[in-house]
Amino acid sequence: MAILVIAEHDNQQLKPATLNTVNAASQLNQPISILVIGSDCQAVAEQASAVSGVDTVLVADNAAYQHQLAENTAKLIAELASDFDYVIAAGTTTGKNTLPRVAALLDVAQISDIVAVKSADTFVRPIYAGNALATIQSLDSKKVITVRTSAFDAAGTDGSATITPCGLVHANAQSEFVSEELAVSERPELTAASVIISGGRGMGNGENFSLLEKVADKLGAAVGASRAAVDAGFVPNDMQVGQTGKIVAPDLYIAVGISGAIQHQAGMKDSKVIVAINKDEEAPIFQIADYGLVADLFEVLPELESLL
Amino acid sequence: MKVLVTVKRVIDYNVKIRVKPDGSDVDLTNVKMAVNPFCEIAVEEAVRLKEKGIASEIVVVSVGGSEAQEQLRTALALGADRAILVESTANTESLNVAKLLAKVVEQEQPSLVIMGKQAIDSDNNQTGQMLAALCDMPQATFASEVSVADNSVTVTREIDGGLQTLSLQLPAIVTTDLRLNEPRYASLPNIMKAKCKPLATVTPDDLGVTLSAHTQLLGVNPPPQRSAGVKVKSVAELVDKLKNEAKVI
Amino acid sequence: MEFDVVIVGAGPAGLSAAYHLKKLANDKQQDISVCVLEKGSEVGAHILSGAILETTALDELIPDWQEKGAPLTTPVTEDALYLLKDQQRATKVPGWAIPAPMHNNGNYIVSLGNVCRWLATQAEAIGVEIFPGFAAAEIAYDDNGRVKGVYTGDMGISKDGEQKDSYMPGMALYGKYTLFAEGCRGHLGKQLISQFKLDENSDPQHYGIGIKELWEIDPALHKSGLVVHGSGWPLDNDTTGGFFLYHADNNQVVVGLIVDLNYSNPHISPFDEFQQMKHHPLFADVLSTGKRLSYGARAIAKGGLNALPDMAFPGGLLIGCDAGTLNFAKIKGTHTAMKSGMIAAENVLNALIQDGQSGQDGQDNLPDTLTGFTDAFRDSWLHKELHASRNFGPAMHKFGPIMGGAYNWIEQNLFKGRLPWTLHDTKPDYAQMKPASECPEKHYPKPDGKLSFDKLSSVYLSNTNHEEDQPSHLRLLDPAIPVKVNLAKYNEPAQRYCPAGVYEIVEAESGPQLQINAQNCVHCKTCDIKDPSQNICWVPPEGTGGPNYPNM
Repeated sequence: MAILVIAEHDNQQLKPATLNTVNAASQLNQPISILVIGSDCQAVAEQASAVSGVDTVLVADNAAYQHQLAENTAKLIAELASDFDYVIAAGTTTGKNTLPRVAALLDVAQISDIVAVKSADTFVRPIYAGNALATIQSLDSKKVITVRTSAFDAAGTDGSATITPCGLVHANAQSEFVSEELAVSERPELTAASVIISGGRGMGNGENFSLLEKVADKLGAAVGASRAAVDAGFVPNDMQVGQTGKIVAPDLYIAVGISGAIQHQAGMKDSKVIVAINKDEEAPIFQIADYGLVADLFEVLPELESLL
Repeated sequence: MKVLVTVKRVIDYNVKIRVKPDGSDVDLTNVKMAVNPFCEIAVEEAVRLKEKGIASEIVVVSVGGSEAQEQLRTALALGADRAILVESTANTESLNVAKLLAKVVEQEQPSLVIMGKQAIDSDNNQTGQMLAALCDMPQATFASEVSVADNSVTVTREIDGGLQTLSLQLPAIVTTDLRLNEPRYASLPNIMKAKCKPLATVTPDDLGVTLSAHTQLLGVNPPPQRSAGVKVKSVAELVDKLKNEAKVI
Repeated sequence: MEFDVVIVGAGPAGLSAAYHLKKLANDKQQDISVCVLEKGSEVGAHILSGAILETTALDELIPDWQEKGAPLTTPVTEDALYLLKDQQRATKVPGWAIPAPMHNNGNYIVSLGNVCRWLATQAEAIGVEIFPGFAAAEIAYDDNGRVKGVYTGDMGISKDGEQKDSYMPGMALYGKYTLFAEGCRGHLGKQLISQFKLDENSDPQHYGIGIKELWEIDPALHKSGLVVHGSGWPLDNDTTGGFFLYHADNNQVVVGLIVDLNYSNPHISPFDEFQQMKHHPLFADVLSTGKRLSYGARAIAKGGLNALPDMAFPGGLLIGCDAGTLNFAKIKGTHTAMKSGMIAAENVLNALIQDGQSGQDGQDNLPDTLTGFTDAFRDSWLHKELHASRNFGPAMHKFGPIMGGAYNWIEQNLFKGRLPWTLHDTKPDYAQMKPASECPEKHYPKPDGKLSFDKLSSVYLSNTNHEEDQPSHLRLLDPAIPVKVNLAKYNEPAQRYCPAGVYEIVEAESGPQLQINAQNCVHCKTCDIKDPSQNICWVPPEGTGGPNYPNM
C-alpha cells in the first residue's frame, strides 16, 4: 500500500526536514503522500507538491489546526492512516510530540528516530544517546515511524504531485495555544546549529575566541568549546561540547585547537563532517576528522574568515 | 489535587554502555542503575507543586522488575507519598507501558501526570504521548516551565527554534525537559522515612491488561567507528573541499 | 541522626563489620542500629581490587555463602609466576621457587566490587542501613575529644563556595562507636592517626599504586581460573612492583600492575609503565585480539604489621586498609580487612551489651577505647598471618626485587615467616623522591590504541564523573608549591603519578601553572601519598562523585 509523510511546516514554509523524511520514506519503495495539516497553509501544499517522489499532497487546512497541537492532529492522522501502511514524520519536536499519540490511537508501536531502513518492517535506530544502534522489526501491520533527519539526504524538489484537500476537522477542546517565542539570536544555539566551530585550549585565552566568532558569523555557525577551554576559564560552561557538556551532531563541526580527548569526541562524533585544525599533527582529533589541517590556528582563522 | 509521576529504572548516565559480544543487546550486568534523569525532574516538579500547596498527594509509578523498587524508594525519598510498582519484565515497550499506566491512571484518577520526556536507555520519547492518547487527555511535552491554576495547567515547551506556551485542561499529561528544574538530593532522614512509605506491587493481570509484542529487537551493534579522513594543505583547499566535496557550506 | 554504630565505607572491612555486628546482635536479640556511609554512588562503585579472594574470613562470616549466591564463581585452577627480562623475554619461575604465600589453591578470582554489592545485600537483609552517595567529610568529637560520629559533606555548593538551588547541608551521624573503613589512605583515618598519635609505635605506612584493566578476550585464549603474577620489565631495577593477569569468567581477564610508591625517579609514570607492559608477549598474546572494558586505579597500603598503627582510639576503630591490614606477601587484603571488621564487630557488640546491662542507672559506662579489640586482634589468626609476612615488603625495599625476592622465598618457604628478626623501612614513600636532574629521564612509547591507551581514554572507561560546579576536592595547602618547588625540583611528578590525568602543568601567559582537573579523579589517593612536598590534601567531593566501576 502506501506511505503518509507528515509535513513539517509553519503554515508558510515547508521545512527542509520534510525533504529528508521523504527521502527516508522513498527507501520503502511505496507510493508517497504528504499530509499538510495547518491553517492558511496552501503555500506549503504548493511547496510539498514539488517534492520529488511524492504522488499526492493532502491538505487539511482549517483554523482548528493552526498550531498543529497534538490532541486533534493526532486524531486526524489516525483517521487518515486507514488508507496507508506507513505514517512517517520527521523526528523534530513536532513529529515527536504528535506521532506517538497517533501510534497509540492506532494501537501500534512507534519506531522512533530511525537512521536506516533495512527492509519493509526492519529499521535501525540509535539507543543510549547514540552509543549503540538497535535493529528493530515492527510486528504491527501499520508502521508509525519518526526519522532522524540528519541520517538521510534531502529529497529533490522537481516533482509535481496532485494536491487534494481533506475536509476532516477535529476540534480541540483540551488544549490551547497561548504564545510562541522563537529565538532570534544572531547565532544559533549549540544543540540546534547545523554548523559549529569550537575552540580548545589552543585558543590561548578568552579574547581569542573572537577569531572563532568572526568565522561563525560568516557560516551562521554556533560557537562551542572543549572542557579544557572552559576549565582554563576562557569561556563559560554552557559553551562546552563533550561528555559532560552538550552533545551535538551538526552537519559540519570545526574543531580548532582542540586535541580531541575521548570526552570531547563523545559530544561531537556523530557530526556529519568533522574538520580539525591543530598544529599538533599527533592530536587524537585527526583520527576522527574528515578533513585535517595541521597549521597554526592564529594564521588559519583570519584566512578562513576572508575566504568564506 | 493528586499528581501521578512515573519513574523508570535505567543505566546510570555516567556509565558507558557496552554491547554484548553476541550483539543481542546491551550488557547491563552489575552496572550501576538509577532513576532516569528526566523522571527525576518529573518527581522534583511534583514535589515543588506539593510544597506550593497545589498538589496534595504524589503517587509514583514504575513499570519493571522487582528491582525497580529501588528507584521507587528514591522517588519516595525525594518527596513522593506512595508508590506503585507494576511488575512486568516482558514486552515493556512504550505502548505496553502506556497501557499499564492508563489502567493505573484510571484507578488513581490524578489531576496531573508528570513524566520524563524520554528514557536515556531506549531514547524513544513516546510513553507520555501514548498515555495521553489512551486516556484521552491533553498533553504538553518537553516542558521547561509548568504552572497550575484552578482547572488548567500552563506549560512552556522547548520546541525546535524556541519556546511554545500551551494551556491544558486538567487532567493532563506533562513530560519534562532538562531545564524544567534542578532535582534536589535526597536527604538521609528522608531516605530512612522512604523505607516506611507504602509501596504496592501489582501485575498486568491485576490491572486486567494483556500485553502482546509490537516490536522485536533483532540486534544491537556499536556505532561505526569514525576513521581519519584526509589532510589538506591549505585553508583554500579546505574551503574548496567543504564547498564542493562535502557540500556542507 | 543517632545510631549505635556508624561505619564509614562500604568495602569489605566496613560491610563485614556491619554484617557481623548486626548478625551477632540479632542472634542475641539485641536491637543494635548499624549504619554504613559510602561515598560512591552505589556500593561497589569505588571498589577496585585484583582480586583473588581467600575465603578464610568469608567462611567465618557467612558460612553458607555459596548457597546465598556469593559471586565467587571462578576457582583458581593454575598459578604461574614470571620474571620479565625485557620487552620480549620472560622466565617462568618453577612452582617450587614461588614463595608459599603466593600459592592460590582454594582461592577464587572475583570482582571485589561485585562481592561488596552482594555483601551489602546480605547486610541490608538483616537490618543494616546502608547509605551510598554520602561522603563522611569530617569527624565529630565530643567535649572530651572522644569520636562521636561523622558529618556528611554539604551538597550543592558551587565552585565559588556559594549555595546552589540544590543545596543540602551536611548532617551529623552520631554513634556510640564509629568504625572507619575508608580503605587505603582514608582522609579521616589519616586525621585520626595524627590526632590520636596512633602511629607512634609503628613504621611509616608504605604504599603502592595499583592500576587495573578489565578485558574481554578471544574465548580460544581464555583459561578460566588461570592466575599469572610476576615482575620485571618495564620497571627498572630501582623500582619495585609486580603485575597480575587473572582469567576470570565470561571470557574476561583482568590485567594490572602495582608500582611501589617508594620509587625515587620523579620521571616515572606508573600509568605508562603499565601501558608499556601490556606490549610484552606475555600479555599481548592474550589481549591483542580483545577489547578493553574498564579501567581504574587505587593506592594500596602495603606496609604490613610493622606499619600498622594502633587501631583503637576513643570512640572507635580503624579497620581494614584504612589501618593497613593487607598481607603484601600474599598481595591480598580482602580476607584480612574482613577479619579486622569482624573482630571489631565482636568487640563493639561486647561493649554495647555490657553497657546495656550495667548502665541502666542512666550512667554511660561505654569504654572509650576498645582495648578489648587490641587484645582480640593480637590473638587472632589475622595477626599471626601478618606477623609471618612482616618482613616481605621491607625486604623488597631493602634488597631490591631480586635479592629481596630470594630473601622472601627463604623466609616464607623454609621458615614460614618465623625468623626471629624484623626488617624495618622507616623512610616515608614521599621522601624517597630525588630531584629530576639527578635521575634518568623516561621516554614512554606512544599508546597504539589497541593494547595501550592514553590516560583520558582510560579514565573514560572508569565512568568517572563529578558534579562540575563544586569546589575542587584536591586541596593545595600552598598553591605556590607546585610550580615553585615541585616543578622546579621534580618536574612536578603529579603529572605522571596521577593515573587519571588530574594534574597538568599548562603554559599560561603568566608562566607555567598547575591545572587540576578534579573531575577526572578516580579517588586512588596517590597524590595525597606521593606529593614530595606533601602539599596535596585529598578530601571527599560531593557524594556520588568519582568512578562508577562495573565488575572491578
